[in-house]
Amino acid sequence: MPMPNAQPWPVAALQTAVALLGVALLGAVLIAVLGYNPWAAFAGLAEGSLGTERGLAATVRKTAPFVLTGLSVALALKAGLFNFGAAGQFLMGSVGAVWVGIQFQGLPVWFHLPLALAVGIGSGSAWGTIPGWLKVSTGAHEGITTIMLNYVAALFAGWSVFAGSSLSTTRPGPLWDPTSGPVSASPDVLVSARIPWILGPPLRIHWGIALALLTALLMWWLLERTRFGFELKTVGAKPLAARYAGMRSGWTTVLAMTWAGGLAGLAGAIETLGVNHKFAPEFGGGMGFEGITIALLGQGHPLGIVLAALLFAVLDAGASKMQFNSGVPSDIIQVVQALILIFVAAPALATWLLDRVSRTQRASAAAAGLRA
Amino acid sequence: MNSAPVTGRVGLRHQSAGIRRNMPQPVLEVRGITKHFPGVVANRNIDLDLSPGEILAVLGENGAGKSTLMNIIYGLHPPTSGSIRVGGRRLECRSPRDAIAAGIAMVHQDFQLVPTMTVLENIVLGVETTRRGVLDPATAERDVDELCQRFGGQLDINLQAVIDDLPVGMRQRVEIVKALYRGARILILDEPTAVLTPQETGSLFQIMRGLRNQGTGIIFITHKLKEVPDVADRIVVLRQGAVVGHARPGATTEQALATMMVGRVPSLTVPKTTVVPGPPMLEVDNLTVHRDDGTIAVDRISFEVNQGEILGLAGVQGNGQTELIGALTGLRPVSSGTVRLNGRDTTQVSARRVGRAGGTGHIPEDRHTHGTVESFSVAQNLVLNLCNRPPFARWGLLRLEAIRAHARRKVADFDIRTTSLEQPLGSLSGGNQQKLVVAREMRDGLQLLIASQPTRGVDMGSVEFIHHQIVQQRNTGRAVLLASYDMDEILALADRIAVMFEGRLIGLFPAAQVDRNRLGLLMSGIPA
Repeated sequence: MPMPNAQPWPVAALQTAVALLGVALLGAVLIAVLGYNPWAAFAGLAEGSLGTERGLAATVRKTAPFVLTGLSVALALKAGLFNFGAAGQFLMGSVGAVWVGIQFQGLPVWFHLPLALAVGIGSGSAWGTIPGWLKVSTGAHEGITTIMLNYVAALFAGWSVFAGSSLSTTRPGPLWDPTSGPVSASPDVLVSARIPWILGPPLRIHWGIALALLTALLMWWLLERTRFGFELKTVGAKPLAARYAGMRSGWTTVLAMTWAGGLAGLAGAIETLGVNHKFAPEFGGGMGFEGITIALLGQGHPLGIVLAALLFAVLDAGASKMQFNSGVPSDIIQVVQALILIFVAAPALATWLLDRVSRTQRASAAAAGLRA
Repeated sequence: MNSAPVTGRVGLRHQSAGIRRNMPQPVLEVRGITKHFPGVVANRNIDLDLSPGEILAVLGENGAGKSTLMNIIYGLHPPTSGSIRVGGRRLECRSPRDAIAAGIAMVHQDFQLVPTMTVLENIVLGVETTRRGVLDPATAERDVDELCQRFGGQLDINLQAVIDDLPVGMRQRVEIVKALYRGARILILDEPTAVLTPQETGSLFQIMRGLRNQGTGIIFITHKLKEVPDVADRIVVLRQGAVVGHARPGATTEQALATMMVGRVPSLTVPKTTVVPGPPMLEVDNLTVHRDDGTIAVDRISFEVNQGEILGLAGVQGNGQTELIGALTGLRPVSSGTVRLNGRDTTQVSARRVGRAGGTGHIPEDRHTHGTVESFSVAQNLVLNLCNRPPFARWGLLRLEAIRAHARRKVADFDIRTTSLEQPLGSLSGGNQQKLVVAREMRDGLQLLIASQPTRGVDMGSVEFIHHQIVQQRNTGRAVLLASYDMDEILALADRIAVMFEGRLIGLFPAAQVDRNRLGLLMSGIPA
């Protein structure tokens, strides 16, 4: 996986646009090969995500967690670290936020909600710190440990709302709601811990999107304006130069993972406190993995990540309408997401393609010159 | 020469007709090679001829386009335009494989040898002789032996030795035999003397002459003026990607060649004022430092650097200088002994504390791996190791105005050629990158400057400038420790010279008592 490299932004934007065009083209070919009409599919996608009030609302709602998990991966990447663990940190954030959200009846909103968010961030941070600390103290590669901890987090989250078993003496999980029925889930979060609506049902847009955008701004500020950001980028770009400059690389590494975990944890907290109002393992599974693609697509820049997150939200929100209108299975969206990853994570592929094209052009130009 | 540079084609044709009337058909003909990289023209319309049995020196500063040209001939880069002929046949070079097949071999600055294998294994690697699919080392050994015999005594190598155990000069010899074993008719040597002692350089030149007499054409790339007349039959000078002149060793002077290379008359000496050295600033006593693998790199060394003095630390690369400087700057732990800076014990300080104290400036040996971050801006690189203290940071926040003001001042004072302070460092030329490091380390309140290879890979104009800056520090009473693999740099700048060999200090003299020859012997471990 390449580091987001420092290029002048018009070049970076152009490259990304070319990559996305390639993805759209390949996607269209794929849909056509499967025997559907690509135009109908694209139209359905656009209508479902941008064409209606409800669709637009769904897009906005889904942008928030995508922004935050994208920032999480990008922040780690700036420090030279691969955070494949945003999914686990997201889950820990969800569980932590719900745990606070379902208790403390009678607290005022101004205290209960921030507390629930803070515990969500803290749970994600703690989960992110573990691989950072393991890396610095033992050299264990964070790419591996974050993936492993995803499994641990998924099992822990599942257990927390486990319904117990009547056949054995296994007790139910601590957050299990006895009234939740066949799909085990936590009880509903108290109203005082819910993120307020900007636009209430049926649109259901909550203030989480504002929080996510504010966080993106904050991360830009952290990276560009603080000493910690400067040291983090130096450690990521060239560890030896950081050592020469007397920076504390180990400390920076651990802290970068703590921050990254906190961002993914906040994403989980926002989803549970803003949208679902409870925790069930069915919600938001694999949320963190899109973060990897979003961070790369956004070239590691907070603004780029916001735009990439918006694109992913469009894909996500429009998928079912696309299936309904054109018959294309909505799973194709996952294929498209994978194509994006291939195109942005393998710039060598794009370079190679461009090189082939220009070489063919040169050859034909030379042949033309010869004939003349 | 400067006002009317001899460019490309016309000059060369004229010259070649004059010089080599009776010579055979050239083995290598380079015609009109131009190479564009994004934003730069690395080679402009270069013509070059090489005859069998000729040593052609290609002289030029770093960044003049020598390496690009050689990489094109060797098939590593496709040229933008132009052609290459070998033995009269046009070479469509797509990869080094094609070049090797055409009889072109290149010995790079960093050797391409497998350190754990024997000399013989390295030589036959990739072209092993086999008998019915089974390796046949006996035949291979006979072939290689025969090959070495043909060149008389100069190419003597113990074929069973393991590369790891060989000195640098020997490894280079292995590379040359490897090239010959692959049937090279054209041998490109890229800055071959950069890592050698003067004595090793002497025997390399012997080998080169031997090869020439056997009919091999050799292209010898260098930026060291002094060694060219010793060995070259003909000299081509490159500047800014173009051929700017031709010369023959007997008919030119060092000054004339330097002028061609730089494009103006450079000053080859550095004026030094008389300074009476003050009390010691850095005292090193019985210092021992280990390498990462546990072997001893620095063995019970003692010396001091006085205020108003440049102590030159001479020695061939790999004799413990890197580890010594690492220990002095907090990058490597000290095993035993003491270091005192301005009377205070600083033996086990971390790099962070060295930076905090602020009195020590450190120009690192390799600016690429330690000294700079290419993707960061000029302004950011100028505070790389200063960003943790006022005025550049306060309460954890960067103070951009102070950082910019500092950058503006340094860029002006040190003549760093950049279009803006926000430009990424990587887009600056090597010389300007190095000037930036020098500018940053010559900070306010400097007491001790530790300069390691301060001018490596830098153009001649920048070398001149950096040398003046270092001498300036000394003239104003600062202590300077100058480590350099370049003997001439040490001789030009140092007041006293310490020579390191295999981790020990084998000599410490006032500069006036040492000449090139004696210093060369000392560097190869022969105390005089």
